[in-house]
Amino acid sequence: MTTESNNTIQFTPDRLEKAKEIIARYPEGKQKSALLPLLHLLQEQEGWTSPEGMDYIAQMLDIQPIEVYEVATFYTMYHINPVGKHVIEYCRTGPCCLMGGEDVYAHLKQRLGIDAGQTTVDGRFTLKEVECLAACGMGPVFQIREKYYMNLTNERVDEIIDELSK
Amino acid sequence: MATKILTEHINVPGIETFDVYRKQGGYTAVEKALKTMTPEEVVEEVKKSGVRGRGGAGFPMGMKWSFLAKPEGVPRYLVCNADESEPGTFKDHYLMKTIPHLLIEGMIISSYALGANKSFIYVRGELMYVIHILEKAIEEAKAKGFLGKNILGTGYDLELVVQPGGGAYICGEETALLESLEGKRGNPRNKPPFPAVKGLYQSPTVVNNVESIATTSWIVNHGGEAYAAIGIGRSTGTKLISASGHINKPGVYEIELGVPVEDFIYADEWCGGIRPGHKLKAVVAGGSSVPILPANLILNLANGEKRLMSYESLSDGGFQTGTMLGSGGFIVMDETTCIVRNTWNFARFYHHESCGQCSPCREGTGWMEKVLHRIEHGHGHRQDIDLLVDVAKKIEGNTICPLGDAAAWPVASAIRHFRDEFEWHITNPQEATQPGAVYRGEMALV
Repeated sequence: MTTESNNTIQFTPDRLEKAKEIIARYPEGKQKSALLPLLHLLQEQEGWTSPEGMDYIAQMLDIQPIEVYEVATFYTMYHINPVGKHVIEYCRTGPCCLMGGEDVYAHLKQRLGIDAGQTTVDGRFTLKEVECLAACGMGPVFQIREKYYMNLTNERVDEIIDELSK
Repeated sequence: MATKILTEHINVPGIETFDVYRKQGGYTAVEKALKTMTPEEVVEEVKKSGVRGRGGAGFPMGMKWSFLAKPEGVPRYLVCNADESEPGTFKDHYLMKTIPHLLIEGMIISSYALGANKSFIYVRGELMYVIHILEKAIEEAKAKGFLGKNILGTGYDLELVVQPGGGAYICGEETALLESLEGKRGNPRNKPPFPAVKGLYQSPTVVNNVESIATTSWIVNHGGEAYAAIGIGRSTGTKLISASGHINKPGVYEIELGVPVEDFIYADEWCGGIRPGHKLKAVVAGGSSVPILPANLILNLANGEKRLMSYESLSDGGFQTGTMLGSGGFIVMDETTCIVRNTWNFARFYHHESCGQCSPCREGTGWMEKVLHRIEHGHGHRQDIDLLVDVAKKIEGNTICPLGDAAAWPVASAIRHFRDEFEWHITNPQEATQPGAVYRGEMALV
């Protein structure tokens, strides 16, 4: 990663508005509080939190780039590597496993032909294992962006993948 | 009919909107508190209610409020902990998405009581759709004069900010949450100073769970004594229980504290019993951190009396024969469950979620995961069981925050109550590693 700012990334006008509104939420001098929300905004736009994007946010918040990198690498929601079009975040924690989560996961991996952390050759799907998504009564569960897919079965997984492959 | 404090109106169509919520009596508690009560009087009612922190720690909320330092000229903050991430727990998720105004109303009352003019709701980032729901509710409340400047003409100002997390269980720990809210890694802080003295931006801060804050409307409307009359002993009021696992009706249930565990599992009103053709083997009663109990001990105390869903009854017998109410994440396991596999799964969770700041937790959680992995996969050694007990003991109590304890308890308790099953994995690796293989030895199923 470079600390030189050589930004090719910028927020779209509406996201820039949103970013300004977020920064203004915090007390004077506490604009660093906007870091997590801005990283989400960056990821929403770019698909991942690229080094260039993180440098851009550092500039915007008037903090050192390392302060952004150390945060982006601590929290698991930020993709610090490029990802496919749809990132499937599959819950691997106990309660989902009790509901057959491991079998459904095996089916999903087979269906996509990839393992956790990998992206399909066509760039459509990235598979990521995550911990508890706070939907244990509706397990097994996975999430794609903001959407929760619950009570998963092999058949339901096939339907979802078919739908997203169109 | 059992008293419902949080979920009475939850199934009313449109309850997520201001107008419907208002029509069901919503925001009357804000009017009552701001117009007829002093902040001290609100704190007093919450104290009288005896309501205890619903995030898991169970610390009396009124007492926590009374610790808040009030130096002149320094802002005070209320931060709502909506970072619900404890495996088995999904009540706050349900409450916020279904009846968001209940939390907003509670935030207004609580902020007023504490003298905060800017308050935060820190929601785990995965729940971005819930964040949008809360933001919409805030906009509505603001448009109706319940938020912003000079609320209801009382001169009280309040702004609410919804903050997303980034995916880190540790941020459910209150000082890690504050670090995260300041835009940093979620490393828990050394205490003292406690947040009540130096919290967010080094200012006095109270951090409360969603469910705790949501109770304040009812407490203001009906009085603390009425709240304390519900429940049993020092377990006052109601509790949301997230029920998951091998039961007929998983979901979120509001119970009056004191319901027998047996009724909660088997009555149609709640879990509706174990799924057909199966028997109860074990329960993790308060989220993945709390000790697992075998069927006979979750249903009954060591002296044979019925165990109840309350802070005291669940912890009766200490860790030898008891557990904890914790967050109310009630995970039910039938006889098809491999305790070793589940324990390895939980150990992996804590290893993954350890922030890495304290060596006993950073190293110990990884070590436990590794040893459990090899036992589960047929490569365990005889001394591994004692090794696990030893590592767990060395993590417990030796870390800045309770994540270390939370990692140690599931492992120690699984060995305490299911040692035979661990030994079977070690002595019969070929059998134990067959797909779906589960120990069928001497065990009391119910």
